[in-house]
Parts: sequence; structure tokens; C-alpha cells
Amino acid sequence: MPFSTAPARSLLRRLFERWGAHPEGRKQLAAETEIATLPLPPQLILPLAQHIGAPARPLVQAGERVLRGQLLAEAQGMISAPLHAPTSGTIDGIGDVAVPHPSGLTGPAILLTPDGLDEAIPAESNDPFSLEPAEISRRVAAAGIVGMGGATFPAAVKLALGQKTRIPTLILNGGECEPYLTCDDRLMRERADEVIDGARIILRAIGGDEAMIGVEDNKPEAIAALRTAALRTAARDFAEVTVVPVPSRYPMGSEKQLITWLTGKEIPAEGRPADIGVMVQNVGTAAAIHRAIRFGEPLTRRIVTVSGGAIRTPRNLEVRIGTPLSALVEFCGGTTRPVARWVMGGPMMGLSIQSLDIPIIKGSGGVLALCEAEVAGRPEPGPCIRCASCVGACPIGLMPLEMAALIRNGDLKESVAIGLKDCIGCGTCSFVCPSQIPLVQYFNHAKGELAAQDRNKMKQDAIKQLVEARDARMEREAREKAEAAARRKAERERAKAAAAEAAAAKAAAAAATTPAKVEETTT
Amino acid sequence: MTPVSSPHAHGARPVGRVMLLVMLALTPATLAGFWHFGWPAVTLWCVTILSAILAEAFAARMVDRSPMVMVADGSAILTGWLLALSLPPWAPWWVGALGSFFAVLVCKHAFGGLGQNLFNPAMGARVMLLISFPVEMTRWIEPQTGAMFTGFDPLAGLAITFGAQTPDAMTSASLLGHVKSEASRGIALSQSMTGHWDPMGFGLGQRAGSLGETSALLIAAGGVFLILQRIIGVRIPLAFLLGVALPAALAHLLAPDHYLPPLAHLLTGGVMLGAFFIATDYVTSPSTPLGQWIFGLGCGLLTWVIRTWGAYPEGVAFAVLLMNAAVPLIDRATRPRIFGRKRDGRSLSAS
Repeated sequence: MPFSTAPARSLLRRLFERWGAHPEGRKQLAAETEIATLPLPPQLILPLAQHIGAPARPLVQAGERVLRGQLLAEAQGMISAPLHAPTSGTIDGIGDVAVPHPSGLTGPAILLTPDGLDEAIPAESNDPFSLEPAEISRRVAAAGIVGMGGATFPAAVKLALGQKTRIPTLILNGGECEPYLTCDDRLMRERADEVIDGARIILRAIGGDEAMIGVEDNKPEAIAALRTAALRTAARDFAEVTVVPVPSRYPMGSEKQLITWLTGKEIPAEGRPADIGVMVQNVGTAAAIHRAIRFGEPLTRRIVTVSGGAIRTPRNLEVRIGTPLSALVEFCGGTTRPVARWVMGGPMMGLSIQSLDIPIIKGSGGVLALCEAEVAGRPEPGPCIRCASCVGACPIGLMPLEMAALIRNGDLKESVAIGLKDCIGCGTCSFVCPSQIPLVQYFNHAKGELAAQDRNKMKQDAIKQLVEARDARMEREAREKAEAAARRKAERERAKAAAAEAAAAKAAAAAATTPAKVEETTT
Repeated sequence: MTPVSSPHAHGARPVGRVMLLVMLALTPATLAGFWHFGWPAVTLWCVTILSAILAEAFAARMVDRSPMVMVADGSAILTGWLLALSLPPWAPWWVGALGSFFAVLVCKHAFGGLGQNLFNPAMGARVMLLISFPVEMTRWIEPQTGAMFTGFDPLAGLAITFGAQTPDAMTSASLLGHVKSEASRGIALSQSMTGHWDPMGFGLGQRAGSLGETSALLIAAGGVFLILQRIIGVRIPLAFLLGVALPAALAHLLAPDHYLPPLAHLLTGGVMLGAFFIATDYVTSPSTPLGQWIFGLGCGLLTWVIRTWGAYPEGVAFAVLLMNAAVPLIDRATRPRIFGRKRDGRSLSAS
């Protein structure tokens, strides 16, 4: 590209776009530790719902021996993802276990006891550039790859979209704007080749022209490593992969913000990235796609950051999907002080969890043990002083203080009218609130209420339809009955009349001799 | 452990800290007020703030909250402080006390407490006092440099605040009041201002006026400190000053004998305090960026209009209150554009 407006655009944005917040990164805790491999735990817990969409349907039975990479549960429906054995071992059965959920709910999961051999099924290696695009997305689907940044949307569904509409631009999200988390940082530093190759494979699958990797500028080593890798593997046949540093500002790693920053385009509120010719995939997803296509390896492991002020040695671990969190924490030396809050994911959008028996799933990027000082807050929220910090911080241009006031008064309709459904739940408003009002909690609550209302309405509509159908049927049946009865009656009458006529005819024949009778019948 | 919603980190200064920094920013101008107006000013300042604290504690009792906690957020102290700065420095104690009670109880708590009030409490109280007690509220004192240390001892200061007659020799008219009354006698500005207008001295507070409003430069310095601390934005103060200066400059250019020069407007009365500390009150100003520009410009423009054509020589308090009333409307009309949508709320179309 001889001339680019990107630097000027970026400068203007830096000057005039003031959304977002600058949470303390605290990435140094784990950023300098190389990815270590966690030994196999005594048991793996594999929830059937690890992705957005329908849960997978189990194909194995208790007592069955499985090999690493073997399909354990298949995808069901349009949006779903299969599940594979992370190692060889015996299936203990399908149990109801604690899954990552805000209320500590349980869900069905396949339980697998590893045999320690880690024996794999034979895998086939491929040159992705000899594969048809549709074949690539089929294989990505078969490998059970979902968005590794936490969204866990099945990657192949997105790739298939690229075969339907023209998507020239691929953006790899290496923002990692959540504090503490460094798993993507380490991946980009240590396995830059995999990321770059993954980008090229995705480009081939969607028929794209260019790929950009957006990385926050607080990760200079990752940026350098990616650039080196892109340069080393550059070839004339390959599309260009550029690495673009973006400012470190939360939530830069949000799809909408990253796309706008890198391309200047805005996803329509009621549209998708594909509508503006862009696809976003996480760098971890790209690396997983690389392994799935090149080596036929399904998604059975991921990199997880174990950090937080209470962890003895914060570090980045490569773990099998299904490993309970307790195994990770133990490997990192346990905790050194009381843990005020366990968080799965990052501190801005992560889930507060109640138990360490919960397993790592495909979308888990971090486990944090936060001590009192890190979550320090006032015991209860203060009144809103209308400081408007939240208005300035909202990356979407909403007015969180007004939305929260409306929700508090139960006026969900009006809160939707001023943008509730556009809220991305990033939590920046809550973060900057001097009164520590849990704004994002209000919004999530309201969204849940609305969803429940919608479901209720759908249910009522369905019932109404059923009732109407039943009424119509009963009416029809009654009508048919009545008609049949009428018909029968008519027939009877006709028969009667015919009989009468016949009788009359007979009588008439006889009438020639008795005129008085004829008179009787004609009157 | 109970489930807690994300985010699991917080990055904002708590409300109490914000209030503390605002008070810190007010300190230089307040000290200058003490320096110029002596012990009575100190006494009045103390009385006003203590009354505000008392009123807040009373309100806390009324709503079954802990008085300690409610006073600790500092908002009532700040209200009392701002009110004190806008009073004539030698006003009697009951003016400060009554003003504080009115500000805290009527202007704030009657509306539902912190964050709920429509009108700026300090300005509401000031206007109430001005209308109810016009004599006490317009008795200005000639500044006595270093008055705190020469002439008046603390006891004499107490005596003045608590009822002694102010010696007539020490009273003086404010510039705005002076030119207004002179103009009503048909005397041109060029004449009436002679000897009364000294930009340099005014900037440093060498003029008759309210306790803490006179040191324009020190107030502005405090305001800039708050902007740098990111406690207040630049929009409202800048728009306020422009709203005063632009029409003033235009009018002065056209008819210098009838209209005060813009600098005189900026350095007198409560413009500086209003622009940096009053209009920027979070609760009573708009939340949207565009709304803040409109609000600031409106405050400035109304101030100039009231000063120029109104019955009162000073208009900051009235202007701020009028614009306060418009805030809900301004906020509604100036909502930011939502990401992925047009201004009218429709979704952008796919390109």
C-alpha cells in the first residue's frame, strides 16, 4: 500500500474519541512467564455446552475407552460445536456438574478419567492452500473450534458466512484489553507463526484480501514477534498480514471498537461485521484453526492465565479443556493470602465463581484470585451524583446514568428507547462510577427481564395459536357434524318424500277410481 | 461468597475524594478573601459551613441515615463553602446560617438529597437571601490588604459578624453596582469607571465584592487545577466565559460608553467562581458533551443580559438557576449518537 490514511485517522481518533477507561493493567504479574504445560489432572470435566448455540449431543457411554482427539459429542443444529477427548482414557459417565455460570448452576458434562498414555487417534495433515474454502470451514466445524476470546461463537459458522457474502477484511483480535490476562500476549510472542498461518487459512476460507492484527500497544514484544513472523513467511501468493498497534484502552478488544479503530467503519446497530465486509477472529482462534487444518488436531487445549494478587506464582498455562480450576491454582503454588473473589475470565467482564471444581472450557482465558485490595470497593453503592463519567466512558455513546434510573423505576420500555439493547455489557461505566453503582448489573438484569418477557410473549402467542387452532378445529368439527346431520336429515326427508311420492303415485294410480283421495293429497 | 456482578475492579475516585479536591481548589481564593476582608470573613465562613453540616446531619436524621456518613461525603460542606464565598464578607451570621439551611434542606434534601436536586443549592440560597435581605446582601466592604493582621483582631471580627454595626467608612460599592447606578443617572461609562476599574488589581482581588469571588486569578487557577485533575471538564467553564465575553466584546465595540468591556465582566462579580465552581456542579449541569456547551454558553449569555439590562447589577446566580431549570430538557435533546445508529436512532445501513 503506497499511501494509507490510517495513521492520520488514528491520530484524530486518539485526540477526539474519549470513550473507554484505563484500568490498571496488572499484566506484569504473569506476562513474562513462558507458557507451561499443565500435567493431566485425575479427571476431566467436559460440559456439553461450551459454546453459544445448542449443546453437543454425547456419543460415548460409560466405561468406553477413548483416544485423544476422538469425537465425544456431536454438534446439534445450525449453531453448535462438537466436543473431543482431550486425552486418552475411560469415560466415567455423564454427570451433572458445576459449570461456569453466575449463579453456580450445574449442567451436563462428560467425565473422563485419563489413563496417562495420552494416545491420539491418527490425524491427517493437510496443506490448507490445496483445500477448497468450503472444505476448510467444514474441517474447522468438525474440530469444534469456537471463539477463544471468550465469546465462544462457533468459528465455522462465521467462516461459512464468508462464503455467502464478500468479506475482504479479516481482523485478528489481539487486543487483550482485560487487565491481568496475558494468555493471548504469550501466544502471540511464542507462537506468532501459528497465528499468522491461521490468519492466512481464514483468509483462504472466506476469500478475503487482507488481514490486520490489532494488538494493544502495551504488548510491544507480541507486536514485534508477529511482524517478524509475518515478514518471514511472506510470499507472493499470500495475502498481506499487517500488525497494527492500537492504544491500550478498555474496551479496545471489543469487536465493534476494534473494527472502527482499524477500518474507520462502524457495524450497523442492527447488523453484523459481515455487513461492512469485515470478520473478526481472536488470535487464539486463528492458532486453533492453524492446528486443526495443518495437523487435523481438534480443539482440546487452550492457554489460560492464572493470576491475581493472591496467587503465589502467576503464570500462563497450556491446559486440557475440562481441567478443574483447582488443578491450575495448585500448579501455581496456591494462594498466599485470603482470596476476596475468584474470577473466571478478566476482571472487567469475567464471572465471579463460587467453586474451583468448575472446569476450564473452550472460552476460559483466565482464572484470577483477587485479594481484598484489588476488589476494594465501598460496601454499598452511593447515590448517583450525575457526574456523567459514565456518559464520557461509554464506548457506544449511551447514557448509562439515565438508563439505570429508568430501570430502577421499572421503565424498561423507555430504557430500551434510549439504547439499552445497544449496550455491550463491557462494564466501563461501572468501572468509572465514583459512587460505584453497579450500572452494568442493572443493564444485564434488564436485558434478562426483556428476554424473559419476549419468551413469555412467544409462549403466549404459541398458546394463543394453539387455542385458536383448537377453536377452529372444534368449530369445523361441529360444523361438519351439523352438516352431516343436516345431510342425513335431508336424505331422510328426501327418502321420506320419495316414499311419500311413491305412495302418492301409487295413490294417484288408484285415484282414478277414488277422486276424493286425490283431493286430499293435493291440498 | 455471594455472586457479584462484573466488573471486579473500580477505577474512580470516590465521591468524598472528589469533594475534597474541589475544596482544595477553592482554598487559595478563600485565603485571599480572608486576607482582603479580615476576621469577619473568617467567622462568616465558619458559621456558614457549620450550619451546612448541621443541616445535613438533621436531614440525615429525617431520612434515617447515619449523619456521620452523610456529612462525610463532603457535599454539604462544599455547598456551605461555596455559599460563604458568594456572600458579602461582613454579612451578619444569620445570613450565612439561614442561607446554609435553605441550601441544604430546601434546595437539596427537599428534592431527594444528593444527586436529585434540580437547582444549585448554593445559588438557590444566595438568590433567596438577595431577594429577602437586599440590604445585608449588598453591603460591600472596601478590601483591606492584610486586614486579618492589622486593624481588626479576631474578637472585633466576631463582633461584626454577630451584630455590630459596620462602620460606614469601610463600605464601598461594587463596580457593577456602581456603574449601574451611575448609568441610571445618565453618566457615561468612560466617566463612571474612572478610578473604579483596575484590571490588574481586580485580577488579584483588590475590589469590593463577595467573600471569595474577588480574586479572579486565584479562582481560575483553582479551576484549572480541577480540569487538570479531570474532576471538571473544560466545556462548561470555557463556554461560560465565552458566553459572557463574546456578547460583551461585541456590545462594547459598538457602544463603548454604554457597555462594559469584556474584561470588566470577566473579572467582576461571580463570573469566575460561577464558571469554574458553580456551573460545573455535576448534579445540576447536563451530562452530554453538547449539552455542556449549550449550558455553559447559556449561563454566560444570561449573566451578561441580566447585568446589562436587568434590575440587578449581578446576574450569575440568576443565570445559573435559569439554566439549571433547562438541564433535563438539554440532556434530552442532546443525547450522543449511539454506535451503529444515526442521530435519529435508526440503524446505519450496511455498506
